[in-house]
Amino acid sequence: MNLKISALEYVEQVKNGDISAEDFVSSSIDRIKNVDDKLHAFLQVNSKAVEHAQQIDKKIKSGEKVGQCFGMPISIKDNICIKHSKTTCASKMLEKFTAPYDATVISKLKQEDAIFVGKANMDEFAMGLTTEFSAYGPSKNPWNTDYVPGGSSGGSAVSVSAFECIASLGSDTGGSVRNPASFCSVVGFKPTYGLISRFGLISYANSIEQIGPITRTVKDTAFLLNILSGLDSNDNTTIENGNQDYLADIDSGIEGKKIGIIQEMMGEGIDPSVLSATNDAVSKLEGLGAVCEKVSIDMVKYSVASYYTITATEAGSNLARYDNLRYGYEFPVEGFEFNSYISKARAKFGPEVIRRMILGGFVPSAGHAGKYFLKALKVKSKLTKEVKDAFKKFDYLIAPTVPVLPFKLGEKIDDPIALFLVDINTVMSNLSGIPSISVPFSISNGLPIGIQLLANHGEDKSLLQAAKALESTVNLPEVPI
Amino acid sequence: MTKIGLEIHCQLTKLESKLFCSCKANYREQEINSNVCPVCMGLPGTLPRINQKAIEKATIIAMALNCSTPEKIAFFRKNYFYPDLPKNFQITQLNIYGDTSVGGTGSIMVGDKKIRITRVQLEEDPGRLIYEGSSSKNQITLVDYNRAGTPLVEIVTEPDFENPKQVREFLNILSDLLENLNVSDPSLEGAMRADANVSIEGGNKVEIKNIGSFHDLEKAVHFEITRQESLHSREIPIIQETRHWDDKRKITISSRSKEEELDYRYFLEGDIPWIKIDSDTREKLRSEMPESISSKKNRYISEYGIPGQVADVLSSDKFYSDLFDKSHSQTNAKEVANIITTDLMGLVDTREKREQSKLTPEHLKDLADYIQEGKLSRSSAKNALYEIVKSGKKLSQTITELDLGNLSNEDELLKIIKQVISEEPKAVEQTKSNPQTINFLVGKVMQKTKGKADPSLTLNLLKKEVE
Repeated sequence: MNLKISALEYVEQVKNGDISAEDFVSSSIDRIKNVDDKLHAFLQVNSKAVEHAQQIDKKIKSGEKVGQCFGMPISIKDNICIKHSKTTCASKMLEKFTAPYDATVISKLKQEDAIFVGKANMDEFAMGLTTEFSAYGPSKNPWNTDYVPGGSSGGSAVSVSAFECIASLGSDTGGSVRNPASFCSVVGFKPTYGLISRFGLISYANSIEQIGPITRTVKDTAFLLNILSGLDSNDNTTIENGNQDYLADIDSGIEGKKIGIIQEMMGEGIDPSVLSATNDAVSKLEGLGAVCEKVSIDMVKYSVASYYTITATEAGSNLARYDNLRYGYEFPVEGFEFNSYISKARAKFGPEVIRRMILGGFVPSAGHAGKYFLKALKVKSKLTKEVKDAFKKFDYLIAPTVPVLPFKLGEKIDDPIALFLVDINTVMSNLSGIPSISVPFSISNGLPIGIQLLANHGEDKSLLQAAKALESTVNLPEVPI
Repeated sequence: MTKIGLEIHCQLTKLESKLFCSCKANYREQEINSNVCPVCMGLPGTLPRINQKAIEKATIIAMALNCSTPEKIAFFRKNYFYPDLPKNFQITQLNIYGDTSVGGTGSIMVGDKKIRITRVQLEEDPGRLIYEGSSSKNQITLVDYNRAGTPLVEIVTEPDFENPKQVREFLNILSDLLENLNVSDPSLEGAMRADANVSIEGGNKVEIKNIGSFHDLEKAVHFEITRQESLHSREIPIIQETRHWDDKRKITISSRSKEEELDYRYFLEGDIPWIKIDSDTREKLRSEMPESISSKKNRYISEYGIPGQVADVLSSDKFYSDLFDKSHSQTNAKEVANIITTDLMGLVDTREKREQSKLTPEHLKDLADYIQEGKLSRSSAKNALYEIVKSGKKLSQTITELDLGNLSNEDELLKIIKQVISEEPKAVEQTKSNPQTINFLVGKVMQKTKGKADPSLTLNLLKKEVE
């Protein structure tokens, strides 16, 4: 069984009767059994996946209506709720939490007959960019298992990159879909804020994060976006998209389009191979008829500081509910006074979460909010205005997804400041709400480099067209695992 | 000078569902922790889903209190840990970053005194804590989340009250107003709660929390003023603090908790986008607002000539004014008002009695018409009313069953009148010097007929007989 096919190829082959859902899904499960010891992309594997595939095959055979996914095996980041299954956010704090409901994206995928092969590893509560902060151990980069796969949706990117499944859902608060996609050489997309419902996504920084697909091809992302996007009465922040078909006209190309090269994302500290890959991407896009020009977005220099201030504030509030009174892990409350109980119970959070919550208690507090939190909001609104202005001139913006190559496990874990700077190219889209996508572009010393394209608010469809154009210029080697 | 300010919490009990989910707003009398869902339990991944009706009701309250109403409203998170709070933050409103609460500054007249309203805000009610066990060591805290997420409107006043009497008058006006707006039933237990700020001349401000009813609020304010004055007279300084109202002992107690030092780290609730209430919507809400109590009162006086005091009583209670509005005609209005205020109010003076009452506007209309047509005396009408409230039977049927119909047969009546005249020679004699005495004789006839004698006919016949 060839597992190295795209989602659309899978659909085609199952439709044609070339392969069965059962054969493919059981091969995927076998693949997971074979390689996941080394990669640790999964926190749980769905034991009923093959059985589910059999049911879908039956439906196909009997001529019943089958959903668009035809039993496609998909992995789900472990901060997205699937009814009756454990959703831990890779935290010991939620070790025993079983979601009693489906996230909106899960309901939509179920309706289209997708199969969830398992819950993907992540940095605890999505805080991190290496997946090393998972309370259940790190995931490894399938291109070189000594290296980090990126994060926080590391397990999701690894599972797609290593052919353990066809696609995955991650979540992107400051680059958490695009960063691991770049490190693992897969496509990672962060939609316009509100395009995909967050109902059922466990909040980290709710005002800026989005669920995003991780796929092998840009077309697969468009395919999934058709299923996932749209208004949801359960999420008041979702936006109307007029039932757009993101797959239609995806080959429109980028001739005559104007692209701005963000200077602040290619400055100090950038890895020379990443710089040359970006320049190469620019010339390839020019070769397709695009007009590329340098652009400066001044507020980028404060964006990481603003990002950490805002996310810490929201995290401090979003994670306050984990007091272990109603759900969580085994730790009886009887005999404790409330405050002493919660301070003991909440010690189960990992170090990165605790670090950010301490920060989140401080930056918006009375007497400090003016100096930190309110200033961060000011940067956010100034940055958003600068981005808006840039799109008056350009159709797209371009920058490397991450200014550095994947690094070794443990290399930066004790240096939070160095890790924070890895975010510099990705947080802008979250703070300004615009869509952006990481497209696999090249391999340097066996390590992947992704290029990021960004478009204006609501221009997700146009962005996917540009990404498709860029993708068509590359021919990458297969993952060596 | 004594200064008192209030923070009134009023549940929007007339709404179907909670503020952010479809669980029932009426959580009362339900099995513990059954009126809950993933959203109001704050389960991981859930998001608030704003109840548009709650915003409308809260806006109407703001309008009725003459508050400014902004174009756009926002919600904020108030962050603190407490076991009754499923998310460990409360979604509420705030005006520190511009006017974004449902209501800005306003005012309401209490007699001749103007009470300024600081703001009106919409927020979610927390769950309910139940303490079991006597000593603090063995105490168990249980939580019932049925109430969590119930829509709550907070009305904050300026410290404009000078004494508990003004507070009571304000509360009476406010609870009538809320009931009349059809937003809340103030008689439901826990539907109205309050905090109060009290300071006397030369003393610091003391906040009293946890006052569970309007009745206790007046008591708490009174207690607190007395306590502060007693300290002041002994030259003991009044410290700025938060005190709790102990509703069993009816005293305020200093809270040893450092509640006042809490930093709520307010920030915008990103899960609820800003909500626009444009001028069209506001106009629509204003036009759909129920008639105000004062407008009702004026209408009753000017259109039907109902006396001021009766109109006052009738208009201030929605239950009665609704009954009146549905049963009166131009001709019987005064009689209907009379029946409601003199007889009915005594019969259905509690919430339970009102709910159990089987009286319809049709009954009231019939009663008034029968009285005016001379078919029923007022005292018989009162008896009939008593029965109808219990049975709900038609007036005509009730009259037959209780034999209440007026005695208007002249021969029969004359027999009784003659009997009275023979029994009361003194009174008959007196009518010659004092014509008013005839009323005494009418009363005697009424006694003998158990109130069934047609009063005007009786009077006429009596007059003829004694002459």
